[in-house]
Amino acid sequence: MRPKNRKTKKRKNYPAIKQSNDTTTVLFSQPASLYAVENHYCAGCGHGIVHRLVCEAIDEFGIRERVIAVAPVGCAVIAYDYWNFDVTEAAHGRTPAVATGIKRVRPNNIVFTYQGDGDLAAIGTAEIIHAANRGENITIIFVNNGVYGMTGGQMAPTTLAGQRTATTIHGRSLRREGYPIKILEMLAVLPGTKYLERVSVHSAHEVLRAKRAISKAFKMQIDNKGFSMVEVLSMCPTYWDMTPIQAADRIKNEVSTFYPLGVIKSC
Amino acid sequence: MCGNDACGEGAVLAGCRFYAGYPITPQNELTAYMAKRMNETGRVFIQAESELAAINMVFGAAAAGMRAMTSSSSPGISLKQEGISYMVGCELPCVVVNVQRGGPGLGNIAPSQGDYFQSVKGGGHGDYKLIVLAPSSVQELLDYTFLAFDLADKYRNPALILGDGLLGQMMEPIQIDSGIQPKFIDKPWALTGCKGRGPNIIKSLYLGDGVLEEHNKKLQEKFILMKESEVRAETFHTKDSEIVLVAYGSVARIAKAAMEMARSRGKKCGMIRPITLWPFPDKAIEEACNAARKFLVVEMSAGQMLEDVRLAVNGRAKVDFYGRMGGGVPTETEIFQRIEAMA
Repeated sequence: MRPKNRKTKKRKNYPAIKQSNDTTTVLFSQPASLYAVENHYCAGCGHGIVHRLVCEAIDEFGIRERVIAVAPVGCAVIAYDYWNFDVTEAAHGRTPAVATGIKRVRPNNIVFTYQGDGDLAAIGTAEIIHAANRGENITIIFVNNGVYGMTGGQMAPTTLAGQRTATTIHGRSLRREGYPIKILEMLAVLPGTKYLERVSVHSAHEVLRAKRAISKAFKMQIDNKGFSMVEVLSMCPTYWDMTPIQAADRIKNEVSTFYPLGVIKSC
Repeated sequence: MCGNDACGEGAVLAGCRFYAGYPITPQNELTAYMAKRMNETGRVFIQAESELAAINMVFGAAAAGMRAMTSSSSPGISLKQEGISYMVGCELPCVVVNVQRGGPGLGNIAPSQGDYFQSVKGGGHGDYKLIVLAPSSVQELLDYTFLAFDLADKYRNPALILGDGLLGQMMEPIQIDSGIQPKFIDKPWALTGCKGRGPNIIKSLYLGDGVLEEHNKKLQEKFILMKESEVRAETFHTKDSEIVLVAYGSVARIAKAAMEMARSRGKKCGMIRPITLWPFPDKAIEEACNAARKFLVVEMSAGQMLEDVRLAVNGRAKVDFYGRMGGGVPTETEIFQRIEAMA
């Protein structure tokens, strides 16, 4: 995260799909759930795309006024500067526990968490496993970029073998640091989980698939089906030491071969 | 009714809508009681996967505008400190109950007052205070738990009930329904979905230059208000006593018996029982200094409240201490012997 010189002038929001007087249909516009502001994310970062996909899905279901989001600790810590609905922060990793408390006392609201891989796959493993195992009727958006971005690119549990980070300067050693964790595959064995899908935002094609998965996850909650989670493989050019294009290619050629894309579980 | 059950009933009467707990002795009766009563009354009970999860579930329920509580005993309360600090920072009300046991570490399951510092000096990170209520009977466990919800809502700050294993486990007859109604207040800041209004945000993160300092000043103003309005204490014979005992919680009852023993033998002995440990009843102690030559602080610790008594006395009288640790409970004879030695 680069907080310097951040300007977040809030401008007028436009409805998602605007029907004009004549026969023209507007297919692409600013989602009502997303403020039209500059964001603080680095060039080529996937967070901006994922924020937008979440907001588009919320608008399309018409649930903006029912949504309560739980923002993480990490690069997306100030997500409430971009989202035009109720948001709370949560301590690092405790996000699913906070969401549990909200959903249990307000079951008619739509509650989702937005978490990174440090938040969800390291410090918050107990909370995510038990929220999933209880079958909480919440939605988890899990953004996996394989590093701790906000604190300077340290190794995450999801960092690939051999990957260089601030704390694995010669590359992650499986003997020393252990293996990358496949969270969705772990959660799939729990009967409490109802919909788990892994997507990516490294290309336009994959962005569209990610959008469908995120919409499906919210639909599961709206229909009271239970725990839904979408893992989004996302680029971190800054701490992968790559250009945005190289970072997108890395997901296609490397990251997604270890973390396979597609529906892991759906019932 | 046992103390732990009474505490739970106090929460039910106060309109607690959400409880999350995790097993730890000697507070297990409270979790079991809440499991039964919250479900009976159509409210939410969750046995959490950890103390961390429990306090953060309470965070969520409180952010959503509901009255919420969690309870534990000393080692578990240490784990909750992260969540408590966040709740103060986010200005979220809740009630936390600590049925203290011996420490440090895993310690034992016997009564203790070793968590005084943790309770009144902050506990977690950052500059903050909690209203800390110290009941000394089963009835008070019910009454002060009930009161704690009103105070938490009033100040948008967590309130702590500081009991101990002795209070939690002992049984006494109590009056359950006092006829007092909980003081529910509007919570326009709560997360309910932004229908008909702009988005609400709950946060403790303030990154801009000086913004966090302003937020801290606002919190400190609330703490000053609490100090002005919420001090509670009970005093016995402090106007004319040369020796004044200071004790809280279950120990206060033993100390009171020792005071009565001393008075029956002609000694000018009185007592102050702080009910709020924070804000601390400095004024009651200052006033007692008019007559008192000596204070005797009695605790089930190595001397923690002792420091606050010394600050309030401020050199105007001698302050002595008698304490037991690690599950040891002072007897009235032991305290009486100390009084005799001082006189």
